[in-house]
Amino acid sequence: MNALIALIRKDLILFVSNKRALIITLVAPILIAAFFGTLFAPGSDKLSKVTVAVIDLDQSPLSQKVVATMTADPALAVSTPSKTEAIALVRKGKLRATIVLPKAFGANAGKAFLGSAGGTDKPQVEIHYDPSQSMVLGLVRGILAQHVMEAVSQSVFSADNPAMGEFRADVAQSTIMPPEVKRNLGNMFDSIAKVQTQSSGSTANAPNFSMPFMISTSEVTSGIDKKYNSYAQSFAGMSVQFILFMGVDFGIGLLLARRMGLWKRLRAAPVSRRLLLGSSILSCTLIATLVMCAIYAAALAFFGVRIEGSIVGFIGVVWAFGFLTATFGLLIAAIGKTPEATRGLAILATLLMVMLGGAWVPSFVFPEWLQTISLGVPTRWAIDGLAAMTWRGLGTEAAVAPIGVMLAFSAVFAVIAIWRFDWEE
Amino acid sequence: MQRNYDVQSSACGLIATGLAKQYGERLVVNNVSIAAQPGEIVGLLGPNGAGKTTTVSMICGLVKPDQGSITIAGIDAQQHSNAAKHCIGLVPQDIALYETLSAIHNLELFGALYGMTGTALKDRAHAALELVGLADRAKDAPATFSGGMKRRLNIAAALVHDPDVLILDEPTVGIDPQSRNAIFDNLEALKARGKAIIYTTHYMEEAERLCDRIVIMDHGKVIASDTLAGLYTRLPASQTLDIEIDGDLDLAALKQVAGVRDATFENTHLKIALNDLSRDAATVLVWLGTHGLKVNRVSSGRANLESLFLTLTGRQLRD
Repeated sequence: MNALIALIRKDLILFVSNKRALIITLVAPILIAAFFGTLFAPGSDKLSKVTVAVIDLDQSPLSQKVVATMTADPALAVSTPSKTEAIALVRKGKLRATIVLPKAFGANAGKAFLGSAGGTDKPQVEIHYDPSQSMVLGLVRGILAQHVMEAVSQSVFSADNPAMGEFRADVAQSTIMPPEVKRNLGNMFDSIAKVQTQSSGSTANAPNFSMPFMISTSEVTSGIDKKYNSYAQSFAGMSVQFILFMGVDFGIGLLLARRMGLWKRLRAAPVSRRLLLGSSILSCTLIATLVMCAIYAAALAFFGVRIEGSIVGFIGVVWAFGFLTATFGLLIAAIGKTPEATRGLAILATLLMVMLGGAWVPSFVFPEWLQTISLGVPTRWAIDGLAAMTWRGLGTEAAVAPIGVMLAFSAVFAVIAIWRFDWEE
Repeated sequence: MQRNYDVQSSACGLIATGLAKQYGERLVVNNVSIAAQPGEIVGLLGPNGAGKTTTVSMICGLVKPDQGSITIAGIDAQQHSNAAKHCIGLVPQDIALYETLSAIHNLELFGALYGMTGTALKDRAHAALELVGLADRAKDAPATFSGGMKRRLNIAAALVHDPDVLILDEPTVGIDPQSRNAIFDNLEALKARGKAIIYTTHYMEEAERLCDRIVIMDHGKVIASDTLAGLYTRLPASQTLDIEIDGDLDLAALKQVAGVRDATFENTHLKIALNDLSRDAATVLVWLGTHGLKVNRVSSGRANLESLFLTLTGRQLRD
């Protein structure tokens, strides 16, 4: 026991005495988590409107109305440069998309709305978008559809629009339409004419199609009055990433110690190999747990992160991840031949693990197949476990699976490491 | 420290007999025996790859021997590995220290691994630092030490638990003569305290200065084991005369002169092996003068371990 305590004490002193490494281990995750947390903070989307250009080649009342309503939309920042200039701005990344309303848009859109124009005469609205911002395309299409439908329907139902009369004449002259259908359509046209008369013949007062619903949104967090804190997610990701890097350093440190002959000296002492490796695992677990606690202390003190769920569950997840880090480091030391050759490979493996684990962007934005794969990565469970215990506000039972999976991975890592560990370089 | 094990010979620090180790098809150590009495320094010499480090590793319990027995301070090292380890201090060839841990913390760590605690541990750590002359640097980290100081601390780390047997694997690699002399003084002090010391090196002059007995290894085998004086008797000549001469020499006639064991002549350089330098040197010089040869320079020399190794193996030690 005395030897075990001495070895753990030695690792703690070595860790604390390396001031530069200590600062990087603590400060870097806090700074980067603060950055990501700010980036993904709720409400920050209000600050960054989608920048689009709308080019009106038609200049009809209808197209002008579409441009006006889009300009008034709070989700968009609309500009109206020339088409060439707008596309050049999209190419440079200054605009997310350019919408081009074609000539005769106003005339053809109404006919197309009532179905008389046929597929080929439907006006073609061009959207030129930045492929690196393809997620924006769906948003722009949706907003465009909403404003065009509202404007066109209002225009079609106004008394001064000739489209309705032309469509009524087409129906009357049709030789293939059954008489009963013709009669029903005639009744509909009469009703519309009545409404048009009541709206004083002006387009402004004409009825139109509008969104048939209102949307009310609420964040599902740890409680009704609890706001989502994006820092909780970013601190989970960044602490996992940087503590894993510390695990890599721990593994490389073991390889360096072997090269320096320290393992030879330690093994010449009357202590077992099991004790030597066990002390390394314990000290790294302890250090990783303390570092995680220190990072979360900063998150709690300065970034409003709260452990809304189970504190016991949170401690369990933190400890299990510390143990995972230690066995991961030992695995690196066992598989690696030399410190130089191992470092690059270990960092690559770590980056892949944290990327797939959702440390950079939450795993729920991954494609479904990637989400399934990421379940096979222990960092996913660490981050999900931390999220569950902080902003999701879940109970201890939600920590059981993450802890169990991380301990299972740790056991596999430890068995492989002990089996493969070379005591001599 | 309690030692209730099958004590075989309390008088002997270390006895290793018939050690053998094979890696795959390669027999790295073949029937090697080595012993060191308390108060004795035994040199283990040999070129790189001779099997010295494997032999030392087996003695220290780092490598399991395929054959042979090891007794340390009377304890069977294979039966009671941990007890035997308590009696051995290993100084590895590398500076096996934690560079950013203070000197005293390094020593306390290594002492704790041998079960030492509390005041006893602190006292022993300070005593070890005192012995190697680093007491005033106890709180400094080895990272701030010179190469020689690190080497001395490397030795101190093996002494904290006060072992009966000290094994040093090339402890003076890469240090200046002053530090080397300081280490030699430390080892002589330890010898005077009754430690049995195995000193592995390939510096012949170190072995000549320090060692009471010398074991020479090559290709995994012991090729000679004796006192220094005993080893020199194996040489064709232990004393030599180097002479620069002008003139034609009849080498065959010179070899017939009384006291001359052998002679070589190359350009103007004549090298003569004598039975007794003090008695036969004058005879040779008189013989050269009477044969009309002008002597420009004379120097005498003694054979060394380098030449012994050459004689025994036909190769230079550092080949």
